[in-house]
Amino acid sequence: MLADKDRIFTNLYGQGDWTLEGARARGAWVGTKEFIDAGRDWITNEVKASGLRGRGGAGFPTALKWTFMPKVNDGRPHYLLVNADESEPGTCKDRDILRHDPHHLVEGCLLAARAMDAHLAFIYVRGEFIRERQRLEAAVEQAYEAKLIGKDNIHGWDLDIIVHHGAGAYICGEETALMESLEGKKGQPRLKPPFPAGMGVYGNPTTVNNVESIAVVPEILRRSGAWFASIGRANNTGTKLMCVSGHVNKPATFEEAMGVTFEEIIEKHCGGIRGGWDNLLAVIPGGASVPCVPGEKMRNAVMDFDGLREVGSSLGTAAVIVMDKQTDIIKAIWRLSAFYKHESCGQCTPCREGTGWMMRVMERMVEGRAQKREIDMLFEVTKQIEGHTICALGDAAAWPIQGLIRNFRHVIEERIDQYTYSSTSDGAVPSIAAE
Amino acid sequence: MVARRLADESVQPAQFAFTAENAKWAEWKIGLYPTGRQQSAVIPLLMRAQDQDGWVSRATIETIADMLGMAYIRVLEVATFYTQFQLQPVGSRAHIQVCGTTPCMLRGAGDLIDICKSKIHPDSHHLNADGTMSWEEVECAGACVNAPMVTIYHDTYEDLTPERFEEIVDAFAAGKGDTIKPGPQIDRLTSAAEGGRTTLLETPSAKRTKFVPPPPPADAAAPAAAAPAPTTASKPKDVSEEAAPALKGTPKSAKVSQAKAEGERKAANASAKANGKPNKAMREDATGAESKAAKVDGGKAPGKKVASEPADGASATSTKKKAQPGITPKADPAEVNPVAEKGGAAPLFKAPKGAPDDLKLISGVGPVLESKLHALGITKWSQVAKFTAADIAKVEDSLSFKGRVARDNWLAQAAALAKGGEAEYIRVFGKKPR
Repeated sequence: MLADKDRIFTNLYGQGDWTLEGARARGAWVGTKEFIDAGRDWITNEVKASGLRGRGGAGFPTALKWTFMPKVNDGRPHYLLVNADESEPGTCKDRDILRHDPHHLVEGCLLAARAMDAHLAFIYVRGEFIRERQRLEAAVEQAYEAKLIGKDNIHGWDLDIIVHHGAGAYICGEETALMESLEGKKGQPRLKPPFPAGMGVYGNPTTVNNVESIAVVPEILRRSGAWFASIGRANNTGTKLMCVSGHVNKPATFEEAMGVTFEEIIEKHCGGIRGGWDNLLAVIPGGASVPCVPGEKMRNAVMDFDGLREVGSSLGTAAVIVMDKQTDIIKAIWRLSAFYKHESCGQCTPCREGTGWMMRVMERMVEGRAQKREIDMLFEVTKQIEGHTICALGDAAAWPIQGLIRNFRHVIEERIDQYTYSSTSDGAVPSIAAE
Repeated sequence: MVARRLADESVQPAQFAFTAENAKWAEWKIGLYPTGRQQSAVIPLLMRAQDQDGWVSRATIETIADMLGMAYIRVLEVATFYTQFQLQPVGSRAHIQVCGTTPCMLRGAGDLIDICKSKIHPDSHHLNADGTMSWEEVECAGACVNAPMVTIYHDTYEDLTPERFEEIVDAFAAGKGDTIKPGPQIDRLTSAAEGGRTTLLETPSAKRTKFVPPPPPADAAAPAAAAPAPTTASKPKDVSEEAAPALKGTPKSAKVSQAKAEGERKAANASAKANGKPNKAMREDATGAESKAAKVDGGKAPGKKVASEPADGASATSTKKKAQPGITPKADPAEVNPVAEKGGAAPLFKAPKGAPDDLKLISGVGPVLESKLHALGITKWSQVAKFTAADIAKVEDSLSFKGRVARDNWLAQAAALAKGGEAEYIRVFGKKPR
């Protein structure tokens, strides 16, 4: 288990003072000037040495992403865009950074901006995080007043930070939709290429990073990349904020080393599974868009990128949703289908039509009012959506259903049998053509 | 997607106006964004208007569109796309947003929705009898470890039980919403585990046992040399580019004539859209706006400036050709540098005399690649046709397009074109060259 002295987010629960003064007492803004003076490459190399992988879900190496920014300024300004549009169901880690440790993020913005030659950073906070946004705005204001950022600041690297916000669109967590939204349009993803590093916000080179990826950078520089790399397993280094929700005795957010097992985090931080380990049905280990894993496979799974790939899922945002055996798993996944139907931006046909179609079929499967061969048809339709859309929302909508069919097909079939058994002549099973 | 429409005409107010305080705030907010990008402020402004009136009316949309110089339809699009905007009047005392997504559903959000249905209105988005309350089911509000939860106005009420939620609804219905403390409704510190946190039990300090100071700035000049450090000294040609309106960079500081800059930006935008090469036009229309990026760095890090000259000097001329936005976003120093160095000073190939052939006729070569090939000294079809394996490797390296030459079969195409131009191409390939 991670020792308290090795934790990066030392005010995660807001037990201390979140202001600049409090953050400084916990070590923030120490040595920042030296890091800036050491230059762009030093910062990037140190982050590269830390092995930090993006914390927003995809796990792309952060330092590598930074190197995609043009090496030579061609006259266009560079932008850093921090993605604080945390909307993945199950995920609420960035919320605690924004409201309790905002100075980690502000300092991280300055250092990351130096590493990509940016003088303007946008932080796009989701619209629902109103108090969190106010807190962040206050922290940015404090940093301006103390001349830590802004023009002619004490660090010698000009940086302005604009705190922007959305208005309740999940899709704006996708980086190109985020940029569209920031430009004041509907948040519909753009085709890539051109990639944001070549043409992002306002057509200028932009790097989009998750809040957590940016907020850990100052501590990585302060304690060296080697320190961060010494935590966790190879290729899956460092600490990670994890949020456990659902059927555990004490849901919580906490910072833990990568590479601990699922059992360990549940026992240490969450007071165990509701009704004991024998009562564990399934786990969605990385936010709503990753496939669910049956309980028995999950118990010893290792909580990092590679460990969860081995059990057929993904770390995503490390937002663990636990379901016990009293859960109606079909209904739980149907609710996710409803979520994706609601949040589809409507740009690509497979996703716009497919998410609604899948939701309606799932709705019937919750009751059991379906044919068994429709299970295969539903699976086939998810395959038709996956990979045929501009952004990954289509994939994200397909995966939970695929995970359900792969792991809990017998539950769906039993439900159908039960419905057929108890149906009367006028409530007969509909034909397949109903949809 | 959800179909969202404006409220019925009968409830639409005739006009909308920000209060004096909000109007001032709006002006400040618009000013934050780079000049000419005031459209970015549309969501914050609509949200402020909603905070003021409770919902977004047609008049609100039109007023904000006028403030930002946007077409009404664009603001309407935004207002209907983002589901946080209420398009019909909501309860005057509370509009309760119940999170119903799976993590909350697992912990009993269904019960909360039932309470809303029985206490407020059977349907969401409808006012109760005296118009004080309304409710809706929203998608994940991002407080999953505190599920189930509701949002009322700006605050969240977390860790709810049906009994506690009924009390909250009653309190708001009676106009006493301020007596309810926001946040977790059980004995719990924000998102820490109930009954006491499991981590961060030690008092954190500013002391770092593993603190590793970076190398002193003097040494840092070496790595910094590779960094762009676009100083005025080392890149005289680029200064005017730096100053282009595209480099709006930081707000609050537009010292140029705003009207002029805006006009140019519009023109640049238009041309960017037309030819798919954004910002090129912007860079060429220099106005002398903000080049402080360069100036700050140049002024404050003299050590770096000197060190950076060799690299920058060599690549200065080629940079403009190479750094086409969006074409090689994954450019790595290793991939770019050969071109950056050789492309400007000494091309890889010796360009033959005579007018260049239209390399674009080779399928797979567009205007951008053509200009890159020209920069390498390749202007004739015959040159391409005679590529050796080593040549191909060199060219692909410079273009950072591995396998492109073979995949598109450049050699055979070029050979046909060199032999008999377009006619021969049609004869060999059975179709017109692009």
